[in-house]
Amino acid sequence: MLKIDELKVSYGGIEAVKGISLEVPERKIVTLIGANGAGKSTTLRTIAGLAKPAHGRIHLQGEDITGLSPDRIVSKGITLVPEGRHVFPDLTVVENLKIGAYLRRDNINDDLNWVYELFPRLKERSWQAAGTLSGGEQQMLAVGRALMSRPKIIMMDEPSLGLAPIVVKGIFDIIKEINHQGVTVLLIEQNANMALRIADVAYVLETGKLTLSGSGRELLNNEQVKKAYLG
Amino acid sequence: MEFFISTLLFGISVGGQYALIAIGYTMVYGILRLINFAHGDVFMVAGLLGIYLSASFPLYVAMPLVIILTVALGFCIERVAYKPLRSAPRMSVMISAIGVSYLLQNTATYVTGGQPMIYPTLPFLSDTITVAGTSIKWVVVLTPILVVVLVILLTQLINRTKVGMAMRAVAKDFETSQLMGIKINSVISTTFIIGSALAAVGSMLYFTNYSSVVPTVGSMPGLKAFVAAVFGGIGSIPGAVIGAFLIGICENFVKILPFEGATTFVDAFTFALLIIILVFKPTGLFGEKATDKV
Repeated sequence: MLKIDELKVSYGGIEAVKGISLEVPERKIVTLIGANGAGKSTTLRTIAGLAKPAHGRIHLQGEDITGLSPDRIVSKGITLVPEGRHVFPDLTVVENLKIGAYLRRDNINDDLNWVYELFPRLKERSWQAAGTLSGGEQQMLAVGRALMSRPKIIMMDEPSLGLAPIVVKGIFDIIKEINHQGVTVLLIEQNANMALRIADVAYVLETGKLTLSGSGRELLNNEQVKKAYLG
Repeated sequence: MEFFISTLLFGISVGGQYALIAIGYTMVYGILRLINFAHGDVFMVAGLLGIYLSASFPLYVAMPLVIILTVALGFCIERVAYKPLRSAPRMSVMISAIGVSYLLQNTATYVTGGQPMIYPTLPFLSDTITVAGTSIKWVVVLTPILVVVLVILLTQLINRTKVGMAMRAVAKDFETSQLMGIKINSVISTTFIIGSALAAVGSMLYFTNYSSVVPTVGSMPGLKAFVAAVFGGIGSIPGAVIGAFLIGICENFVKILPFEGATTFVDAFTFALLIIILVFKPTGLFGEKATDKV
Protein backbone atom coordinates (compact mmCIF):
# COMPACT_ATOMS: atom_id res chain seq x y z
CA MET A 1 0.00 0.00 0.00
CA LEU A 2 2.75 2.42 1.05
CA LYS A 3 6.07 1.84 -0.63
CA ILE A 4 9.31 3.63 0.16
CA ASP A 5 12.33 3.34 -2.12
CA GLU A 6 15.88 4.35 -1.31
CA LEU A 7 14.75 7.23 0.92
CA LYS A 8 17.47 9.63 2.04
CA VAL A 9 16.73 12.61 4.26
CA SER A 10 19.10 15.18 5.68
CA TYR A 11 18.25 17.01 8.83
CA GLY A 12 20.30 19.99 9.99
CA GLY A 13 23.16 19.09 7.65
CA ILE A 14 23.31 15.49 8.86
CA GLU A 15 21.99 12.62 6.82
CA ALA A 16 19.51 11.09 9.26
CA VAL A 17 18.00 8.56 6.87
CA LYS A 18 20.54 6.91 4.58
CA GLY A 19 18.62 5.11 1.89
CA ILE A 20 15.87 2.95 3.34
CA SER A 21 13.32 0.92 1.42
CA LEU A 22 10.29 -0.58 3.04
CA GLU A 23 6.73 -1.59 2.36
CA VAL A 24 3.59 -1.21 4.40
CA PRO A 25 0.99 -3.75 3.25
CA GLU A 26 -2.68 -2.85 3.40
CA ARG A 27 -4.52 -3.50 6.68
CA LYS A 28 -1.33 -4.58 8.46
CA ILE A 29 0.53 -3.20 11.46
CA VAL A 30 4.09 -2.37 10.52
CA THR A 31 6.59 -1.27 13.12
CA LEU A 32 9.95 0.39 12.91
CA ILE A 33 12.10 -0.14 15.97
CA GLY A 34 15.45 1.35 16.74
CA ALA A 35 17.40 3.43 19.20
CA ASN A 36 17.15 7.16 19.67
CA GLY A 37 18.47 9.01 16.64
CA ALA A 38 18.22 6.01 14.33
CA GLY A 39 16.07 8.06 11.92
CA LYS A 40 12.65 6.68 12.83
CA SER A 41 10.95 10.03 13.42
CA THR A 42 12.60 11.58 10.39
CA THR A 43 11.21 8.77 8.24
CA LEU A 44 7.65 9.40 9.44
CA ARG A 45 8.02 13.18 9.18
CA THR A 46 9.19 12.80 5.60
CA ILE A 47 6.23 10.60 4.68
CA ALA A 48 3.93 13.19 6.33
CA GLY A 49 5.47 15.96 4.22
CA LEU A 50 7.07 17.86 7.10
CA ALA A 51 10.57 17.09 5.83
CA LYS A 52 11.71 16.92 2.21
CA PRO A 53 13.67 13.89 1.06
CA ALA A 54 17.05 14.41 -0.59
CA HIS A 55 16.64 11.22 -2.56
CA GLY A 56 14.16 8.40 -3.10
CA ARG A 57 10.45 8.04 -3.78
CA ILE A 58 7.36 7.43 -1.70
CA HIS A 59 4.33 5.79 -3.34
CA LEU A 60 0.84 5.39 -1.93
CA GLN A 61 -1.21 2.77 -3.79
CA GLY A 62 0.99 3.33 -6.83
CA GLU A 63 0.72 7.11 -6.75
CA ASP A 64 3.91 9.10 -6.26
CA ILE A 65 3.43 11.32 -3.21
CA THR A 66 7.09 12.26 -2.67
CA GLY A 67 7.56 15.83 -1.48
CA LEU A 68 3.88 16.79 -1.33
CA SER A 69 2.90 19.39 1.27
CA PRO A 70 1.51 18.07 4.59
CA ASP A 71 -2.07 19.10 3.76
CA ARG A 72 -1.92 17.16 0.47
CA ILE A 73 -0.58 14.10 2.28
CA VAL A 74 -3.48 14.28 4.74
CA SER A 75 -5.94 14.54 1.87
CA LYS A 76 -4.36 11.44 0.30
CA GLY A 77 -5.20 9.50 3.46
CA ILE A 78 -2.03 9.45 5.53
CA THR A 79 -2.03 10.94 9.00
CA LEU A 80 0.67 11.24 11.65
CA VAL A 81 0.18 11.19 15.41
CA PRO A 82 3.23 13.23 16.40
CA GLU A 83 5.69 12.33 19.10
CA GLY A 84 4.73 14.01 22.37
CA ARG A 85 1.02 14.05 21.35
CA HIS A 86 0.83 17.78 20.61
CA VAL A 87 -2.86 18.24 21.25
CA PHE A 88 -3.96 21.88 21.03
CA PRO A 89 -4.08 22.75 24.74
CA ASP A 90 -6.44 25.75 24.52
CA LEU A 91 -8.93 24.03 22.26
CA THR A 92 -11.57 21.80 23.80
CA VAL A 93 -11.46 18.06 23.30
CA VAL A 94 -14.26 18.21 20.73
CA GLU A 95 -12.53 21.09 18.90
CA ASN A 96 -9.34 19.05 18.77
CA LEU A 97 -11.30 16.22 17.18
CA LYS A 98 -13.03 18.56 14.73
CA ILE A 99 -9.75 20.08 13.65
CA GLY A 100 -8.55 16.56 12.85
CA ALA A 101 -11.29 16.55 10.20
CA TYR A 102 -10.26 19.99 8.94
CA LEU A 103 -10.00 19.04 5.27
CA ARG A 104 -13.24 17.10 5.17
CA ARG A 105 -16.35 18.64 3.68
CA ASP A 106 -18.73 15.77 4.51
CA ASN A 107 -20.56 15.04 7.72
CA ILE A 108 -18.21 14.08 10.53
CA ASN A 109 -20.74 13.13 13.21
CA ASP A 110 -20.45 9.39 12.58
CA ASP A 111 -16.71 9.56 12.98
CA LEU A 112 -17.02 11.66 16.08
CA ASN A 113 -19.22 8.95 17.57
CA TRP A 114 -16.79 6.28 16.40
CA VAL A 115 -13.91 8.04 18.19
CA TYR A 116 -16.06 8.46 21.31
CA GLU A 117 -16.81 4.73 21.19
CA LEU A 118 -13.10 3.94 20.98
CA PHE A 119 -12.32 6.40 23.76
CA PRO A 120 -15.32 6.87 26.06
CA ARG A 121 -13.12 9.02 28.28
CA LEU A 122 -12.94 11.65 25.57
CA LYS A 123 -16.70 11.87 25.39
CA GLU A 124 -16.92 12.55 29.12
CA ARG A 125 -14.40 15.35 28.72
CA SER A 126 -15.45 16.71 25.37
CA TRP A 127 -15.93 20.30 26.64
CA GLN A 128 -12.72 20.41 28.63
CA ALA A 129 -9.64 22.20 27.32
CA ALA A 130 -7.28 19.55 26.01
CA GLY A 131 -4.42 20.97 28.09
CA THR A 132 -6.18 19.81 31.26
CA LEU A 133 -6.19 16.14 30.25
CA SER A 134 -3.74 13.61 31.66
CA GLY A 135 -0.90 12.31 29.47
CA GLY A 136 -2.76 9.13 28.58
CA GLU A 137 -5.95 11.01 27.74
CA GLN A 138 -3.96 13.40 25.58
CA GLN A 139 -2.52 10.43 23.71
CA MET A 140 -6.03 9.08 23.17
CA LEU A 141 -7.07 12.50 21.91
CA ALA A 142 -4.09 12.68 19.55
CA VAL A 143 -5.01 9.29 18.11
CA GLY A 144 -8.71 10.17 17.92
CA ARG A 145 -7.88 13.46 16.24
CA ALA A 146 -5.82 11.65 13.62
CA LEU A 147 -8.66 9.17 12.98
CA MET A 148 -11.05 12.06 12.30
CA SER A 149 -9.37 12.57 8.93
CA ARG A 150 -10.58 9.06 7.96
CA PRO A 151 -7.05 7.91 7.12
CA LYS A 152 -6.04 4.89 5.11
CA ILE A 153 -2.78 4.82 7.02
CA ILE A 154 -2.21 6.11 10.53
CA MET A 155 1.40 6.68 11.51
CA MET A 156 2.27 6.88 15.18
CA ASP A 157 5.46 8.29 16.61
CA GLU A 158 6.23 6.79 20.04
CA PRO A 159 2.66 6.61 21.36
CA SER A 160 3.87 4.99 24.59
CA LEU A 161 6.32 7.77 25.45
CA GLY A 162 6.06 8.89 29.06
CA LEU A 163 2.95 6.85 29.86
CA ALA A 164 2.36 4.42 32.71
CA PRO A 165 2.51 0.72 31.68
CA ILE A 166 -1.22 0.19 32.24
CA VAL A 167 -2.01 3.18 30.00
CA VAL A 168 0.45 1.93 27.37
CA LYS A 169 -1.38 -1.38 27.29
CA GLY A 170 -4.66 0.46 26.69
CA ILE A 171 -3.12 2.43 23.82
CA PHE A 172 -1.77 -0.73 22.19
CA ASP A 173 -5.15 -2.44 22.51
CA ILE A 174 -6.66 0.52 20.71
CA ILE A 175 -4.02 0.34 17.97
CA LYS A 176 -4.99 -3.30 17.39
CA GLU A 177 -8.67 -2.37 17.41
CA ILE A 178 -8.17 0.46 14.89
CA ASN A 179 -6.23 -1.92 12.66
CA HIS A 180 -8.93 -4.55 13.03
CA GLN A 181 -11.41 -1.98 11.72
CA GLY A 182 -9.39 -1.63 8.53
CA VAL A 183 -6.85 1.13 9.10
CA THR A 184 -3.26 0.36 8.16
CA VAL A 185 -0.80 1.23 10.93
CA LEU A 186 2.82 2.33 10.73
CA LEU A 187 4.20 2.52 14.23
CA ILE A 188 7.57 3.54 15.58
CA GLU A 189 8.50 2.67 19.11
CA GLN A 190 11.34 2.47 21.57
CA ASN A 191 9.18 0.05 23.52
CA ALA A 192 10.20 -2.71 21.09
CA ASN A 193 8.64 -5.49 23.10
CA MET A 194 5.11 -4.10 22.91
CA ALA A 195 5.47 -3.01 19.30
CA LEU A 196 6.79 -6.36 18.03
CA ARG A 197 3.98 -8.23 19.80
CA ILE A 198 1.30 -6.50 17.74
CA ALA A 199 3.25 -6.04 14.49
CA ASP A 200 2.63 -8.09 11.35
CA VAL A 201 5.81 -6.75 9.81
CA ALA A 202 8.77 -5.21 11.62
CA TYR A 203 11.93 -3.43 10.60
CA VAL A 204 14.98 -2.56 12.66
CA LEU A 205 16.53 0.81 11.91
CA GLU A 206 20.11 1.57 12.96
CA THR A 207 21.75 4.93 12.29
CA GLY A 208 19.68 5.65 9.23
CA LYS A 209 19.76 2.18 7.70
CA LEU A 210 17.48 -0.86 7.88
CA THR A 211 19.42 -3.78 9.30
CA LEU A 212 16.75 -6.42 9.88
CA SER A 213 13.23 -7.18 8.87
CA GLY A 214 10.70 -9.92 9.38
CA SER A 215 7.41 -10.64 11.07
CA GLY A 216 6.95 -9.26 14.57
CA ARG A 217 7.22 -12.75 16.04
CA GLU A 218 10.44 -13.50 14.15
CA LEU A 219 12.12 -10.39 15.43
CA LEU A 220 10.89 -11.01 18.97
CA ASN A 221 12.81 -14.28 18.88
CA ASN A 222 15.83 -12.92 17.05
CA GLU A 223 18.96 -13.05 19.21
CA GLN A 224 20.33 -9.74 17.99
CA VAL A 225 17.06 -7.95 18.62
CA LYS A 226 16.73 -9.55 22.03
CA LYS A 227 20.16 -8.33 22.99
CA ALA A 228 19.89 -4.82 21.63
CA TYR A 229 16.24 -3.85 22.17
CA LEU A 230 14.48 -6.25 24.49
CA GLY A 231 17.09 -6.28 27.27
CA MET B 1 -19.55 68.42 34.00
CA GLU B 2 -20.13 69.03 30.31
CA PHE B 3 -16.40 69.36 29.89
CA PHE B 4 -15.90 66.08 31.69
CA ILE B 5 -18.40 64.27 29.49
CA SER B 6 -17.01 65.59 26.25
CA THR B 7 -13.47 64.67 27.34
CA LEU B 8 -14.65 61.20 28.23
CA LEU B 9 -16.49 60.77 24.93
CA PHE B 10 -13.52 61.99 22.97
CA GLY B 11 -11.24 59.65 24.91
CA ILE B 12 -13.48 56.68 24.20
CA SER B 13 -13.57 57.60 20.54
CA VAL B 14 -9.79 57.95 20.18
CA GLY B 15 -9.44 54.75 22.17
CA GLY B 16 -11.73 52.98 19.70
CA GLN B 17 -9.56 54.15 16.84
CA TYR B 18 -6.46 52.85 18.61
CA ALA B 19 -8.35 49.61 19.21
CA LEU B 20 -8.91 49.06 15.49
CA ILE B 21 -5.16 49.34 14.92
CA ALA B 22 -4.27 47.38 18.06
CA ILE B 23 -6.25 44.34 16.92
CA GLY B 24 -3.96 44.06 13.90
CA TYR B 25 -0.89 44.09 16.13
CA THR B 26 -2.24 41.61 18.59
CA MET B 27 -3.57 39.12 16.02
CA VAL B 28 -0.34 39.05 14.05
CA TYR B 29 1.61 38.67 17.26
CA GLY B 30 -0.71 35.88 18.39
CA ILE B 31 0.04 33.87 15.27
CA LEU B 32 3.56 34.80 14.20
CA ARG B 33 5.01 36.10 17.51
CA LEU B 34 5.99 39.13 15.44
CA ILE B 35 5.55 42.80 16.26
CA ASN B 36 4.52 44.05 12.84
CA PHE B 37 6.16 47.47 12.95
CA ALA B 38 4.79 48.28 9.52
CA HIS B 39 1.20 48.17 10.77
CA GLY B 40 1.05 51.84 11.79
CA ASP B 41 2.30 52.76 8.34
CA VAL B 42 -0.32 50.59 6.69
CA PHE B 43 -2.79 52.75 8.61
CA MET B 44 -1.08 55.89 7.23
CA VAL B 45 -1.23 54.52 3.68
CA ALA B 46 -4.95 53.88 4.19
CA GLY B 47 -5.28 57.56 5.09
CA LEU B 48 -3.47 58.66 1.92
CA LEU B 49 -5.50 56.25 -0.18
CA GLY B 50 -8.61 57.88 1.25
CA ILE B 51 -7.40 61.28 0.12
CA TYR B 52 -6.31 60.27 -3.38
CA LEU B 53 -9.23 57.96 -4.12
CA SER B 54 -11.87 60.40 -2.92
CA ALA B 55 -10.37 62.95 -5.31
CA SER B 56 -11.19 60.69 -8.28
CA PHE B 57 -14.21 58.70 -7.12
CA PRO B 58 -17.36 59.45 -5.20
CA LEU B 59 -17.01 58.56 -1.50
CA TYR B 60 -19.23 55.50 -1.67
CA VAL B 61 -16.78 54.00 -4.19
CA ALA B 62 -13.61 55.46 -2.70
CA MET B 63 -14.04 54.22 0.87
CA PRO B 64 -14.68 50.53 0.01
CA LEU B 65 -11.72 50.81 -2.37
CA VAL B 66 -9.57 52.10 0.50
CA ILE B 67 -10.39 48.96 2.47
CA ILE B 68 -9.73 46.66 -0.50
CA LEU B 69 -6.39 48.26 -1.39
CA THR B 70 -5.25 48.38 2.25
CA VAL B 71 -6.07 44.69 2.58
CA ALA B 72 -4.09 44.00 -0.61
CA LEU B 73 -1.17 45.97 0.83
CA GLY B 74 -1.22 44.01 4.11
CA PHE B 75 -1.42 40.74 2.20
CA CYS B 76 1.52 41.66 -0.06
CA ILE B 77 3.67 42.84 2.84
CA GLU B 78 3.26 39.47 4.53
CA ARG B 79 3.97 37.50 1.36
CA VAL B 80 7.01 39.54 0.30
CA ALA B 81 8.63 40.58 3.57
CA TYR B 82 7.65 37.98 6.18
CA LYS B 83 6.79 34.69 4.48
CA PRO B 84 10.28 34.10 3.01
CA LEU B 85 11.63 34.45 6.57
CA ARG B 86 9.26 31.91 8.10
CA SER B 87 12.05 29.71 9.44
CA ALA B 88 14.47 32.56 10.16
CA PRO B 89 15.05 33.85 13.72
CA ARG B 90 12.30 36.17 14.93
CA MET B 91 14.71 39.08 15.10
CA SER B 92 15.26 38.92 11.33
CA VAL B 93 11.55 39.15 10.66
CA MET B 94 11.33 42.11 12.99
CA ILE B 95 14.09 43.89 11.08
CA SER B 96 12.21 43.14 7.89
CA ALA B 97 9.13 44.75 9.47
CA ILE B 98 11.10 47.90 10.33
CA GLY B 99 12.35 47.96 6.75
CA VAL B 100 8.81 47.79 5.41
CA SER B 101 7.78 50.55 7.79
CA TYR B 102 10.42 52.90 6.39
CA LEU B 103 9.72 51.85 2.82
CA LEU B 104 6.07 52.85 3.26
CA GLN B 105 6.98 56.15 4.94
CA ASN B 106 9.55 57.02 2.28
CA THR B 107 7.20 56.10 -0.52
CA ALA B 108 4.54 58.30 1.06
CA THR B 109 7.01 61.18 1.27
CA TYR B 110 7.92 60.63 -2.37
CA VAL B 111 4.30 60.62 -3.49
CA THR B 112 3.05 63.52 -1.38
CA GLY B 113 6.25 65.54 -1.42
CA GLY B 114 6.10 65.45 2.36
CA GLN B 115 3.31 68.00 2.44
CA PRO B 116 0.47 67.47 4.91
CA MET B 117 -2.57 66.28 2.99
CA ILE B 118 -6.09 67.10 4.11
CA TYR B 119 -8.44 64.19 4.62
CA PRO B 120 -11.83 64.53 2.93
CA THR B 121 -14.82 65.39 5.06
CA LEU B 122 -16.96 62.31 5.33
CA PRO B 123 -20.63 63.31 5.38
CA PHE B 124 -22.52 62.24 8.49
CA LEU B 125 -19.34 61.26 10.39
CA SER B 126 -18.23 64.91 10.43
CA ASP B 127 -21.67 66.27 11.24
CA THR B 128 -22.04 67.51 14.76
CA ILE B 129 -24.60 66.60 17.36
CA THR B 130 -25.18 67.86 20.85
CA VAL B 131 -24.61 65.40 23.68
CA ALA B 132 -25.02 66.57 27.27
CA GLY B 133 -24.79 70.17 26.21
CA THR B 134 -21.58 69.88 24.19
CA SER B 135 -21.45 69.66 20.45
CA ILE B 136 -19.36 66.82 19.08
CA LYS B 137 -18.88 65.06 15.75
CA TRP B 138 -20.89 61.95 15.00
CA VAL B 139 -17.66 60.00 14.62
CA VAL B 140 -17.00 60.41 18.33
CA VAL B 141 -20.25 58.65 19.20
CA LEU B 142 -20.11 56.13 16.42
CA THR B 143 -16.53 54.86 16.87
CA PRO B 144 -17.03 52.97 20.11
CA ILE B 145 -20.24 51.40 18.86
CA LEU B 146 -18.58 50.30 15.63
CA VAL B 147 -15.57 48.94 17.51
CA VAL B 148 -17.73 46.90 19.86
CA VAL B 149 -19.72 45.46 16.96
CA LEU B 150 -16.56 44.59 15.01
CA VAL B 151 -14.94 43.00 18.04
CA ILE B 152 -18.00 40.86 18.71
CA LEU B 153 -18.02 39.72 15.08
CA LEU B 154 -14.31 39.00 15.23
CA THR B 155 -14.49 36.95 18.42
CA GLN B 156 -17.40 35.00 16.94
CA LEU B 157 -15.29 34.33 13.87
CA ILE B 158 -12.39 33.13 15.98
CA ASN B 159 -14.38 31.06 18.46
CA ARG B 160 -17.16 29.67 16.31
CA THR B 161 -15.92 29.13 12.75
CA LYS B 162 -13.62 26.60 11.19
CA VAL B 163 -11.15 29.24 10.00
CA GLY B 164 -11.16 30.71 13.52
CA MET B 165 -10.38 27.30 14.97
CA ALA B 166 -7.54 26.97 12.47
CA MET B 167 -6.23 30.38 13.56
CA ARG B 168 -6.20 29.32 17.19
CA ALA B 169 -4.47 26.07 16.27
CA VAL B 170 -1.81 27.75 14.13
CA ALA B 171 -1.19 30.29 16.90
CA LYS B 172 -0.24 27.41 19.19
CA ASP B 173 1.61 25.00 16.96
CA PHE B 174 2.59 25.43 13.29
CA GLU B 175 3.73 21.89 12.70
CA THR B 176 0.82 20.04 14.27
CA SER B 177 -1.57 22.37 12.46
CA GLN B 178 0.04 21.30 9.20
CA LEU B 179 -0.48 17.68 10.17
CA MET B 180 -4.20 18.45 10.48
CA GLY B 181 -4.17 19.59 6.85
CA ILE B 182 -4.26 23.29 7.67
CA LYS B 183 -2.45 25.48 5.16
CA ILE B 184 -0.69 27.76 7.60
CA ASN B 185 0.18 30.33 4.96
CA SER B 186 -3.45 30.98 4.14
CA VAL B 187 -4.30 31.26 7.84
CA ILE B 188 -1.48 33.79 8.30
CA SER B 189 -2.64 35.73 5.24
CA THR B 190 -6.18 35.81 6.64
CA THR B 191 -4.80 37.36 9.82
CA PHE B 192 -3.06 40.12 7.87
CA ILE B 193 -6.18 40.70 5.80
CA ILE B 194 -8.36 41.16 8.89
CA GLY B 195 -5.78 43.39 10.58
CA SER B 196 -5.37 45.60 7.51
CA ALA B 197 -9.11 45.92 6.95
CA LEU B 198 -9.58 47.09 10.54
CA ALA B 199 -6.68 49.54 10.18
CA ALA B 200 -8.38 50.94 7.07
CA VAL B 201 -11.64 51.45 8.95
CA GLY B 202 -9.62 52.97 11.80
CA SER B 203 -7.99 55.43 9.42
CA MET B 204 -11.35 56.74 8.23
CA LEU B 205 -12.49 57.39 11.77
CA TYR B 206 -9.15 58.74 12.98
CA PHE B 207 -8.61 61.18 10.12
CA THR B 208 -12.12 62.48 10.49
CA ASN B 209 -10.91 63.64 13.92
CA TYR B 210 -7.38 64.69 12.95
CA SER B 211 -7.68 65.60 9.32
CA SER B 212 -4.05 66.06 8.31
CA VAL B 213 -2.09 63.12 6.87
CA VAL B 214 1.72 63.23 6.75
CA PRO B 215 4.01 60.27 5.99
CA THR B 216 4.90 59.80 9.67
CA VAL B 217 1.34 60.10 10.93
CA GLY B 218 1.12 56.34 11.44
CA SER B 219 3.89 56.11 13.99
CA MET B 220 2.19 57.69 17.01
CA PRO B 221 -1.21 56.00 16.77
CA GLY B 222 0.68 52.87 15.70
CA LEU B 223 2.87 52.99 18.77
CA LYS B 224 -0.07 53.74 21.05
CA ALA B 225 -2.02 50.86 19.57
CA PHE B 226 1.01 48.67 20.14
CA VAL B 227 1.14 49.87 23.75
CA ALA B 228 -2.57 49.08 24.04
CA ALA B 229 -1.96 45.57 22.72
CA VAL B 230 0.86 44.95 25.19
CA PHE B 231 -1.12 46.59 27.98
CA GLY B 232 -4.07 44.28 27.34
CA GLY B 233 -1.82 41.23 27.05
CA ILE B 234 -0.42 40.80 23.59
CA GLY B 235 -2.18 38.07 21.64
CA SER B 236 -5.54 38.80 23.28
CA ILE B 237 -8.12 40.66 21.20
CA PRO B 238 -10.39 41.75 24.07
CA GLY B 239 -7.24 42.78 25.93
CA ALA B 240 -6.08 44.98 23.06
CA VAL B 241 -9.49 46.64 22.80
CA ILE B 242 -9.81 47.35 26.51
CA GLY B 243 -6.22 48.54 26.59
CA ALA B 244 -6.89 50.89 23.70
CA PHE B 245 -10.00 52.37 25.31
CA LEU B 246 -8.13 52.91 28.59
CA ILE B 247 -5.24 54.63 26.85
CA GLY B 248 -7.56 56.83 24.79
CA ILE B 249 -9.50 57.90 27.88
CA CYS B 250 -6.41 58.41 30.03
CA GLU B 251 -4.57 60.52 27.52
CA ASN B 252 -7.54 62.81 27.01
CA PHE B 253 -7.83 63.34 30.73
CA VAL B 254 -4.12 63.98 31.04
CA LYS B 255 -4.52 66.70 28.41
CA ILE B 256 -6.93 68.65 30.62
CA LEU B 257 -4.94 68.30 33.85
CA PRO B 258 -4.54 71.73 35.41
CA PHE B 259 -0.81 72.18 35.07
CA GLU B 260 1.30 73.71 32.40
CA GLY B 261 2.54 71.38 29.69
CA ALA B 262 0.01 68.63 30.36
CA THR B 263 -0.74 68.41 26.65
CA THR B 264 2.94 68.15 25.84
CA PHE B 265 3.51 65.21 28.16
CA VAL B 266 0.58 63.11 26.99
CA ASP B 267 2.71 60.65 25.05
CA ALA B 268 5.34 60.30 27.76
CA PHE B 269 2.48 59.57 30.13
CA THR B 270 1.16 56.81 27.89
CA PHE B 271 4.46 55.01 27.94
CA ALA B 272 4.94 55.55 31.67
CA LEU B 273 1.57 53.84 32.12
CA LEU B 274 2.80 50.91 30.06
CA ILE B 275 5.92 50.56 32.19
CA ILE B 276 3.94 50.65 35.43
CA ILE B 277 1.46 48.04 34.23
CA LEU B 278 4.22 45.77 33.02
CA VAL B 279 6.07 46.02 36.32
CA PHE B 280 3.01 44.75 38.17
CA LYS B 281 1.59 42.49 35.50
CA PRO B 282 4.30 41.47 33.03
CA THR B 283 1.90 39.61 30.74
CA GLY B 284 -0.59 42.49 30.54
CA LEU B 285 -4.22 42.51 31.58
CA PHE B 286 -5.25 39.37 29.69
CA GLY B 287 -1.84 37.95 28.88
CA GLU B 288 -1.41 34.31 27.93
CA LYS B 289 -0.82 32.03 30.83
CA ALA B 290 1.33 29.00 30.19
CA THR B 291 -1.23 26.21 30.47
CA ASP B 292 0.69 23.74 28.36
CA LYS B 293 1.17 20.46 30.07
CA VAL B 294 4.23 18.59 28.96
